[in-house]
Amino acid sequence: MGKRSLRLLNREYAAKILFIISASAAIIAVGLICVFLFLQGLPAMWDMGIIRFLTGTDWRPTWDPPRFGILPMIVGSLYVTAGAILFGVPIGIFAAVFMAKFCPRPIYVILKPAINLLAGIPSVVYGYFGMVVLVPFVRENFGGNGNSIFTASILLGMMILPTIITISENAIRAIPPEIYEGAIALGASHERATFKVVLPAAKSGVMASVILGIGRAVGETMAVRMVAGNQAILRMPHEFLSGARTLTANVVIELGYAYGEHRAALIATGVVLFVFVMIINALFSILKKKESA
Amino acid sequence: MDKLKRKKPVDLILFLLTWLGIIITVSVLIFVVGYVVINGLPFIRPSLFAREFTTENQSLFPALVGTLMIVGLSLILAVPLGVFSAIYLVEYAKRGSRFVKIVRLTTETLAGIPSIVYGLFGFIFFGVFLGWGLSLMSGAFTTSIMILPLIMRTTEESLKSVPDTYREGSFGLGAGRLRTVARIVLPAATPGILAGVILAIGRIVGETAAIIFTLGNVARMPNNLFDTGRTLSAHMYALANEGTHPGEAHATAAVLLIVVLLINALSSWIARSITKDRG
Repeated sequence: MGKRSLRLLNREYAAKILFIISASAAIIAVGLICVFLFLQGLPAMWDMGIIRFLTGTDWRPTWDPPRFGILPMIVGSLYVTAGAILFGVPIGIFAAVFMAKFCPRPIYVILKPAINLLAGIPSVVYGYFGMVVLVPFVRENFGGNGNSIFTASILLGMMILPTIITISENAIRAIPPEIYEGAIALGASHERATFKVVLPAAKSGVMASVILGIGRAVGETMAVRMVAGNQAILRMPHEFLSGARTLTANVVIELGYAYGEHRAALIATGVVLFVFVMIINALFSILKKKESA
Repeated sequence: MDKLKRKKPVDLILFLLTWLGIIITVSVLIFVVGYVVINGLPFIRPSLFAREFTTENQSLFPALVGTLMIVGLSLILAVPLGVFSAIYLVEYAKRGSRFVKIVRLTTETLAGIPSIVYGLFGFIFFGVFLGWGLSLMSGAFTTSIMILPLIMRTTEESLKSVPDTYREGSFGLGAGRLRTVARIVLPAATPGILAGVILAIGRIVGETAAIIFTLGNVARMPNNLFDTGRTLSAHMYALANEGTHPGEAHATAAVLLIVVLLINALSSWIARSITKDRG
């Protein structure tokens, strides 16, 4: 081998190594995130007592001794997420069916980018919109002071619409046309064929969109923090017009000034949130695999 | 209309429900964008872009500069990493190797982590553990991890869309793998990668929760890499929370929304123009 080709070979080799190292970046990042969150969060949880931390109903960082129970926040996250699903999922699925099966072509080319725009609005802008429009609206029409589980649910329902529409639409489109045509040939109307045959066939993809929507809703921080009222109080479902605090809001409100045990408790809150979201994402990828199989 | 009358009642209800679904969705978009923009425009005055932020004049200029700095630094870190790893996955790696599977799994994991968890991680790792405090460096490193999966995915997709005949032609002329990738495949994939990078810019500009605990939220321009500052979104959050300057808050929301929507529209315009070119 000549000197020149040897040098070229070296360059090939160096480039490949560079690419492999770059590809490891994602692995390193996830590793660091897990190690640092768990290393700082878990011992704190252990010291406080994991059960006491997860099921405690008092969050009193300023008391002596302080109390750190995050049950109100876990329940708060559950409420706003359930509310978001209640508002967002029916609207989103009908809209997705419309996009895939009912939409005339000229309208489609306008609607598709519009839905992408909806996905691009920053959450702090949604939150601001919620503060100046939704909060007064709920206060005047439903009562309470407007900063509530209900308001946060509406806002989150709006925010998860593009996720649900886009993924459900793709799932519906992925169903082979023969399935639809078969139903039509048997005398079903367009609506019947779509809702009774195509939509059930796209079930796992539509479920995946809902699960991803849940993930978004659980992890959403700024918008929820700006409209939900944020009282760390355990609420009952009928108190949906009162304020509540989510896991995400708990971190974003207090991390800025927390020290010592208090900060550790917030990191532990983050760990609980992280684990929740990871479980939801795992469910999503299982469903996604089922769909493509 | 005749067609509507001929439908059975159940069919008619379903038909109308799909319309209702899309009408609500579009109304949400028009209402949010319309409200924020129309209420914000009258408050957009030259003083909003004054060089200095003061209590009387809540200028968004320092936040705008902070945003540009964070975006620039974050792209310097994330674009090479993201593009190189996509090149490895598409052009070098054996399909289905264990390493590839782990890279994909971790990339998906990164994409699913909520921004507040990134903020928390950036705060305890870059801020406290590495001692960078609230600074441009902490902020840029944190956001670069956030956008890494996005850049990887869009680059992968555009590399895959380059026809194999390009590669075969290049190999046939005696070029090596590196030369083929650098001279033939990458140039052909550039518009798609660019669309992804622009989308990533939009993501960083719109980010708040991860920014306020890493870059901080101080209304001034960072003087060096280890100085604190704020971005437009963080500025928006501060204005909304304080509630003492409603006019500036309206105006900032409008500016932020318009900037992010323009960035996203530019990205999808580039992405669309590629698919048109390829027919």
